Amino acid sequence: MIRKKEAKKIVFQSEKEMPMMPMSLGSMLYNKTGAWRNIRPVVDLENCIQCGICWKFCPDMSIFIENEFPYVNYDYCKGCGICAEECPAKCIAMVEEEK
Amino acid sequence: MKKVIMGNHALSYGAMLARSQVIAAYPITPQTQVVELLSEMCADKTLDAKFIKVESEHSAMAACIGASVAGARTFTATSSQGLALMHEMLHWASGGRLPVVMGDINRSMGPGWSIWTDQNDSLSERDTGWMQYYCASNQEVLDTVIQAFKVSERLAIPSMVILDAFALSHTYEVVDIPDQAKVDAYLPPFRPQVRLTPDDPHAFGGLTSPEHYFELRYKLQKDMEKAPALIEETGREYEKMFGRYLGLVEDYLCEDADIILVTSGTAGYTARVAVDEMRKGGIKAGNLRIKVFRPFPFEHVRRIVKNAKKVAVVDRNISYGHHGMFFQEVKSALYGQDKSPPVFGFIAGLGGRDITPSTFKEIVDITLSKDKPEEEIIWIGVKR
Repeated sequence: MIRKKEAKKIVFQSEKEMPMMPMSLGSMLYNKTGAWRNIRPVVDLENCIQCGICWKFCPDMSIFIENEFPYVNYDYCKGCGICAEECPAKCIAMVEEEK
Repeated sequence: MKKVIMGNHALSYGAMLARSQVIAAYPITPQTQVVELLSEMCADKTLDAKFIKVESEHSAMAACIGASVAGARTFTATSSQGLALMHEMLHWASGGRLPVVMGDINRSMGPGWSIWTDQNDSLSERDTGWMQYYCASNQEVLDTVIQAFKVSERLAIPSMVILDAFALSHTYEVVDIPDQAKVDAYLPPFRPQVRLTPDDPHAFGGLTSPEHYFELRYKLQKDMEKAPALIEETGREYEKMFGRYLGLVEDYLCEDADIILVTSGTAGYTARVAVDEMRKGGIKAGNLRIKVFRPFPFEHVRRIVKNAKKVAVVDRNISYGHHGMFFQEVKSALYGQDKSPPVFGFIAGLGGRDITPSTFKEIVDITLSKDKPEEEIIWIGVKR
């Protein structure tokens, strides 16, 4: 588990210090975008048919397969719900996040 | 090795020799045989590339962008409405500083639906931050694809290699297809400074505040300004290895010319025939073919036309409510110069109407008969 680094405001004095393309300077290993999520996918592994469709469709590579079953990486899952929509066994529920 | 091939396939061979690694395309009209041959090359392993068949041109460019940011050399091709559908993604490619190379067959925009040539499709994309090369022969098409990859990858700016529908795309010409080993020596593998990789994951193209966005655009323009010199440098390098120079413009008998025809695309070679005929008749005509439109070759245009008595720009395109676009840009290049001849703006050949030597004869006759242009646009060949 990688701990979140302390955020520092990056200020460029000149364009010469800036990267050529718009990109994050920090590694995305620290910038955990899962905090944007309002609803979270919860997989009912009892009814999962191990088809891998949720893994294939996830636009953020936030589903990983372990022992042929899917698990969600909540550090990056933004809760788009595509996995739940595409799941042929209808075993992924989108559950509201409580803050 | 010399082969008789059509312009579409000149693009395919160029992309093959450049060792494109990812090719994404939508295979239905207005697509041409460019990607058909490339898909065959991928299937029979002549080309070791991933061919991605997508559901639209927007997706084709999106797939090229994804592959390019991951560090692959990418190629696609399209035309007219297909290019228009890519519009949003063209900004993503240039703003993301991705050296995608694309072939565009200049086809007229519908409606009325047309598969014949004019330049409004590519010129509608002139402000997207792509370099634009307008070719006049199948040989030039093939050579330019290879050069475009080199220039694009050096500057991290995408390129469009453009050719006229039918006049080149489906016309067969003898083309020298260079040896792969020599092309490899000219064009090294694509090695981007940063790329999308799980080993060091970064986010690309994210929210950019007013504090930084302005500078990114400044950097894109500054790098675009390096392109003219780099195109000439890589063009000379190409000439040393393959015997053919690839420059920004091509001037033909302009040195002592009283009247210079400014042209682009295949009309440029037609104009040469007309210039030869006019010279025989005692008219000192010359032809300046603008090959690279973005970045615009300001210095070359200024230097070549400054001693002429008159300049006639022939546009196979129109900016509605304004002028032909080459006419606009030639005039803007000459603004404020000590010596600048009167510039006449002609529009001809829209929708694939033929431009022939007699078209140029008519243009020269009109230009010589007046001291300065009396109309904003002089239309050639409109039935009215």
